[in-house]
Amino acid sequence: MRGRLVAGASLALIVLAATILILTGVVDAGNVGAAVRGVFSSSAGGRGGGLLSGPEAAHSWSEAERGIIASLSLDRLPPLPPDPSNAYGDSPDAAALGHALFFDSGLSPDGTVACSTCHQPQSYFSDGKALANVRDSDTPRHTPTIVGIAYSDWFYWDGRKDSQWAQALAPQEAAIEHGGTRTAHARYVLEKFGSQYEAVFGPAPDLSDRSRFPPDAAPVEDERRLAAWEGMTEADRGAINRVFANIGKSIAAYSRRILPGRSRFDDYAAAALVNDRKRMAELFSAEEAEGLRLFIGEGQCTDCHNGPLFTNGTFHNIGLPLPEGSRFDQGRSLGTLQVVEDVFNCLGEFSDAGEEACVELRFIKLEGEELIGAFKVPGLRSVAETAPYMHNGIFPDLEAVMRHYNHAPPAFPGHSDLVPLAFTEGQSEAVIAFLLTLSAPPDAPAEFLRPPANQE
Amino acid sequence: MRIWPLIWLLAAALTVSACSPIGPPQAGGGGMEMEDGMSMDMSGGSMAADSLEAQTTENGHFKVGAVSRLDPVVINETHSWTLHIETADGNPVTDAEITIDGGMPEHNHGFPTAPRVTENLGEGKYLLEGMRFNMGGAWVLTLEISSGGESDTVTFEFELK
Repeated sequence: MRGRLVAGASLALIVLAATILILTGVVDAGNVGAAVRGVFSSSAGGRGGGLLSGPEAAHSWSEAERGIIASLSLDRLPPLPPDPSNAYGDSPDAAALGHALFFDSGLSPDGTVACSTCHQPQSYFSDGKALANVRDSDTPRHTPTIVGIAYSDWFYWDGRKDSQWAQALAPQEAAIEHGGTRTAHARYVLEKFGSQYEAVFGPAPDLSDRSRFPPDAAPVEDERRLAAWEGMTEADRGAINRVFANIGKSIAAYSRRILPGRSRFDDYAAAALVNDRKRMAELFSAEEAEGLRLFIGEGQCTDCHNGPLFTNGTFHNIGLPLPEGSRFDQGRSLGTLQVVEDVFNCLGEFSDAGEEACVELRFIKLEGEELIGAFKVPGLRSVAETAPYMHNGIFPDLEAVMRHYNHAPPAFPGHSDLVPLAFTEGQSEAVIAFLLTLSAPPDAPAEFLRPPANQE
Repeated sequence: MRIWPLIWLLAAALTVSACSPIGPPQAGGGGMEMEDGMSMDMSGGSMAADSLEAQTTENGHFKVGAVSRLDPVVINETHSWTLHIETADGNPVTDAEITIDGGMPEHNHGFPTAPRVTENLGEGKYLLEGMRFNMGGAWVLTLEISSGGESDTVTFEFELK
C-alpha cells in the first residue's frame, strides 16, 4: 500500500513537472517524453544513452548542453558590426575597389604576389601550406583564413594589428611577402584605379613629382627605401600614408564581407534547441554527436573555442612544438608592443574612430606571463579546409592536432593553457568527425569569391 | 515493482531540473549572489545577474559593490562596470584610488584585457572600463582601494556559465 502511495506521488510529481515545462514553453507537448528521458540521462551522468535506445539515443542532451550547443550556432552570430576605424568599411564602392586590389599582383614589385596568393578563395582563403610561402621562401607563420575575421578585435596570429585595414597594409611592405613600398603602391593604385579611388575617398594627391614622391620609399628595414622615405617631407609622407591607409580600407571593405556559411552543425544546433531528436539523428551520426559531446564537455574545448565562430578572440599558449630549426616565437608578448606603436592603429591619425571607440586598444593587456608564446585562438568553422594547423603550421592534419591535445606537453617558455585530454582513439576520431560538420562554403556575394571579371 | 525506484529517481531529477541551471558560484565563501533572479541561460558563457553583491574589504575599511553596464554579462565582449564604494559606516568614498586585478586562478591566467578605473563618477561611484571575460568558469575580481590613508582589498568570486 505504501509503495503504491509513493508511486502515485511520484507520478503526480512527474505530471506536475511536465506541465510546468510545457506551460513555461521549455518543451513542447510532443517532446515531454523526450525531455523526461533527457533529464534522467543527464542527471545520471549519462553519455547520451540514458533510457533511449535506437538511432536517437546519441542525441539526448541536457538543457545546459543544449544551451552550450546553441551558443555555438551561426544563428547566434550578431550582424557584422561596423568597424569604427574604417568609415568606408560598408561602402560597396570601396568593397569593389578592394575586391580588385585583393586579387591584383600589381601590388608587388615583380608582379607575382597579391593578397589572394596566400588567401586563396578555393582553399577557404588559406593556402594549404604549413608556412606562408612566397617566391619559394617560407615566412615564419602559417596563413590563417580571413573568413569571418571581420569579427576579430586583433589581426595576425600575434594580434599586432587592431583592424582589418591596418592588417592589409603590412604584407604589402614585408620583404618576404609582397615586398613593395607604400609610395609604389599608392602610385600604382591611383594610376590604375584613380577614378574609383576618388569616387570613394575624394580627391587624390598628385604624386607625379618623383623627387617629392620617390618610386620606392617606405619605413622598412631596406636602407635604400628607408632613406628615400626619411628624405620626404612630413606632409608628403602623410599624403602617402593617407592613400596607403585607404588602400587597406578598400581591401577591408571587401574582405569583411567574406563570412562563414551555414554548416550542418548549425542545422543540428537549431534542432537541438527545440530538442527535435528525430531531426538531430537525420543530421548527425552517433559519432559526430559524440564528438560534439566531448567538445563541449570533457574536452573543455569551449573554454577557448567558444561562441558562433568557435573562438574567444584572445591569445593562449598551448605548448606547441617548434618547427625544426626555428627559434622560439614570442607571439602575443611582442604583438602587443607592436600594435600600440603602429601608426595605423585605432588611435592613430589614419583611423576614423574616436578614442572612445578604441576600447580594445585602450585596455590592451601588455603584461602577464600568459602573453609569452601565446597566439590567437583560431576559429574552427571549416577547419577541415584549412590544414595544416597552428600559427607555425606544425600539424599537417587534425589527427596530429588531437595527438597534441591528448598529450599536452608543458610550454617553455611560458605556461601552457592545456591539460592532457587523454582521449581514446575512438574519442579523438569522434571529435574530428564533429569538426568536419563545421565545413561550409563562405557566405559572400558570389563574385567576391573569384577575381573581378576583368582580372581573370 | 522494480520500476518504482526508477520513477522516484526520475521525479527527483525532474524536481532538480525545474530549477534554473544557473546557481551561485561553485567557489566558496565570498561568492556572488545573483541579485536579479535566475533565468534560463542559453548563451554558453554568461552571468545570471549583472551585479556583484556588495562585500566588505578584508580589513573592514570599505564596502564595495559592482554593477555591470553589460546585462547580462557575456563572454567575449569588452564592457564597463560601475563600482560603488562606501566606508564601513555607509558613507560614500569619493576620493578612492583603485587598482584592479583578477582572472581565472584555476587556469592560471588573468583577464584578457587590462581593465582600469577611468572616471570618478561622484557619490562613491567609479567607472571601471575594459572588463572582459573570455571563457566560462570561475573568475575573481580583486580591487585594491586606497582612501584617507587606508588601503584595503576585496576579492569577488563569481562564475560565468
